[in-house]
Amino acid sequence: MSAVLSTAASLDDANQKSEGVWHAAWRRFKADRVGLVSLVVVVAFLLLILAAATGLVARNWQDEVGVPNAPPTFMGPAPPQATSAIEAPKGPNVDLSDIDPLAPRYKEWDERAKQFQTQVQAKRETLPFGADRLGRDVLAKAIKGTEISVFVGVAAALCATLLGTLLGACGGFFGGKVGDALEWLYNVFESIPNILLIFAFAAVVGRGVESVVIILALTGWTGMYRQVRAEFIKHASREYVRSAEAIGASVGSRMFRHILPNVSHVILVRMGLLAVGFIKAEVILSYLGLGVRVDQVSWGTMLAEAQSELILGYWWQLATATLFMAVFVTAFSLMADALRDALDPKLRGLE
Amino acid sequence: MSAPSLLSIQDLRVAFRMGRGQRAEAVKGVSFDVPENTTVALVGESGSGKSVTAMSVLNLLPDNAERSGRVLWRGRDLLQAPLRELQGLRGKEIACVFQDPMSSLNPVFSVGQQLAEPLRKHLGLRGAQVRQRAEALLAEVGIPEPARRLKSYPHELSGGQQQRVMIAMALACEPRLLIADEPTTALDVTIQRQIIELLAKLKAQHRMSLLFISHDLGLVGEIADQVVVMRHGQVREQGPVDRIFSAPQDAYTKALLACRPSLEGNPRRLLVIDDHIAGRQDEGAPKAKDPAAPVVLEVRSLAKSFWLREGLFGRREFKAVQDVNFKLKRGHTLGVVGESGSGKTTMGLTLLRLHEPTSGEVIFDGKNLLALSDRERLAMRRRIQIVFQNPYASLNPRFTIGQTLVEPMAIHGIGADTAERERRARALLEKVGLDGRAFGKYPHEFSGGQRQRVAIARCLTLEPEVLVLDEAVSALDVSVQAQVLNLLKDLQDELGLAYVFISHDLAVVRFISDEVLVMKDGQVVEQASAEQILAAPREAYTQRLLAAIPRGYRAAV
Repeated sequence: MSAVLSTAASLDDANQKSEGVWHAAWRRFKADRVGLVSLVVVVAFLLLILAAATGLVARNWQDEVGVPNAPPTFMGPAPPQATSAIEAPKGPNVDLSDIDPLAPRYKEWDERAKQFQTQVQAKRETLPFGADRLGRDVLAKAIKGTEISVFVGVAAALCATLLGTLLGACGGFFGGKVGDALEWLYNVFESIPNILLIFAFAAVVGRGVESVVIILALTGWTGMYRQVRAEFIKHASREYVRSAEAIGASVGSRMFRHILPNVSHVILVRMGLLAVGFIKAEVILSYLGLGVRVDQVSWGTMLAEAQSELILGYWWQLATATLFMAVFVTAFSLMADALRDALDPKLRGLE
Repeated sequence: MSAPSLLSIQDLRVAFRMGRGQRAEAVKGVSFDVPENTTVALVGESGSGKSVTAMSVLNLLPDNAERSGRVLWRGRDLLQAPLRELQGLRGKEIACVFQDPMSSLNPVFSVGQQLAEPLRKHLGLRGAQVRQRAEALLAEVGIPEPARRLKSYPHELSGGQQQRVMIAMALACEPRLLIADEPTTALDVTIQRQIIELLAKLKAQHRMSLLFISHDLGLVGEIADQVVVMRHGQVREQGPVDRIFSAPQDAYTKALLACRPSLEGNPRRLLVIDDHIAGRQDEGAPKAKDPAAPVVLEVRSLAKSFWLREGLFGRREFKAVQDVNFKLKRGHTLGVVGESGSGKTTMGLTLLRLHEPTSGEVIFDGKNLLALSDRERLAMRRRIQIVFQNPYASLNPRFTIGQTLVEPMAIHGIGADTAERERRARALLEKVGLDGRAFGKYPHEFSGGQRQRVAIARCLTLEPEVLVLDEAVSALDVSVQAQVLNLLKDLQDELGLAYVFISHDLAVVRFISDEVLVMKDGQVVEQASAEQILAAPREAYTQRLLAAIPRGYRAAV
């Protein structure tokens, strides 16, 4: 082989690289108009989340800026309502100072009170998207809620993907006893009704954003596991994996360097669907009171509040939360679809 | 031409729309006639447009195809015909048999159900009539116990039997024309021989015409009356079979005839298409090999069994390989031949311990490979490498060629750093006949022959001493096959590699091998030098394998 080494490698074509897999995928993605628009929407949401997280917008979402249940601007202020149930007595006020034991101190308290400045904030009659029952701006709540909901959805999807991919890769690649054991685990998880499983985990880990992420990841990995396992079974017997074994590639290298990139499109798309599903699951959890803490807001807690408001005819909190969720979830799903089309190597006539 | 034309293709052009206004022309003005009761063969390499031409007759092309020209079926232009009329013709007047019988039959329906469909649809048969006719058809294509086979599912049949069922389905309505698109390419040589004979017999019995598509001129010579040679979507030469074989006019036809290894002479190199067109000649007799070369690989009573589950707890031993013995010398080649299922591939994989052997010894460089610890085995694995059959499947589609070549060197610590490894990889690419530009490309940008070169280069990165070639040229076109075989011979001469060459094609094995093992049902039935096997085959099985090799057109027959 010394002859090989002495051959001078031609360096002029050293830098000639052809289009990479990701680059080609991006080129195909760009040609998909629906995908591109949904990508723009998702990026806009991500920027909004970033702004909310750094406090640029919706920092004061807990301030009571409007009158309770202020309607949206386009509806105009709510008509004044007759609130008094009992008619006020008409005669002169009875002087009770003789028998009131606190009467001597009233003057003293008034003096003390004057030392503090009282600022009465003007409560707004209407807000762009209305206000909730405490007078908090629904728009600010929805933006802040986006931060929590999307974080929960994406983080839980990442965790579930990691878990499902690892287990699926092991189950599919090794098969045999390992595969059987993982199948048993999978069957145990699948045999329990989903919502019951979520409750069981929620009872153990308690409330909070991190808890919701853990709960959803622990219950949602099964579908990913199944799909990745199937793909690994298929690819493990392919000749390119065999030839990698023949050149001495280790088990880990064959699993994650060789097979994983070839099934990445399946995993990515599944992860997109999981994120969408988990955003909805967080809504359900929060609605049932198992979700985020009371001092936080998510789309789910907004919907939970909306339940009692709706009876009184205050529909705007429900509408806003639904609008945010619908736009994001739809855009995210469409983006995942376009991504699948762009990444699937089969569409390029590889096989 | 005396016989009236059944099908006449005139200046057919087919282009595929590729999106963004791009069009790829697959067929560029092809004209030929299929007379009644005649076999016309379309010959060419893959990508020559021969299948597209045949499929455009019945418009079985994808939606993005645009056809122009004229396809006259008994005087009626099929390009203008509405879909309803075409559907009436499909299966009834013109029937098709495709390349891969495993994927052409629907796995969830029994053979009887699939045979019944055209009978009901086109002939209007019902009930018992359908079954009788289906049984008669299966008997006609030579399937034993046709009544029982009607209830079988495709996976219960062998490849040859599946292809027979496909032919039976095609014959169901007594078509005037049978289009056979590479009907034997996926089959063994012996089965190929049977199918060819069956097709010839049926053609004579039913007085139908046959449009036979193949890349193998030798095969075509045995069955065709007329030959049409195609290349790059154009007809290079057409004429009666005796003239094509005895006095080919076109340089490309001559090259196609020359590039297949024959059983008679044994040249040092095969002539490839470019050689022939450039008018280069053979360089003389093969170089004699050193008979005293040291033995690099010795195999003693190697065996491999698989355990099949039977019943609830039972296991049955299936002996895939039994008692294989051989010695391989440096710079020599051991050919292993046999039909599919004979255990030759299992034997090759067991040599590398890609399968764990059941018993036996593989002595490599004085050490028993099968008794090594994992770490020692990694070191030994470097020195014995394998090239797989299907170049489309054996390269990782997500790795660039450069990554594919550098990876084995990185695993075994060959070369000081990445830069040196890349330099070696580039040098090897040049050695196997690819230029350095291939380095950054992905496998899908290459043809089958080029990919097989990459696979060989990957093995060479490890500087092996023994190369196991598992049907390494079987999936390639005849002309590309010749190029790869030449490359393998050159590499052997230069680097002193020893090959274990596994193939079902005795002609190819003879060209490259010094010694030949003939395997049947996991056992070695004959073991002798290549010349001896060809000149005086001892076993009936070997004789049958030899007789099955297509020999092209024989004027005397």
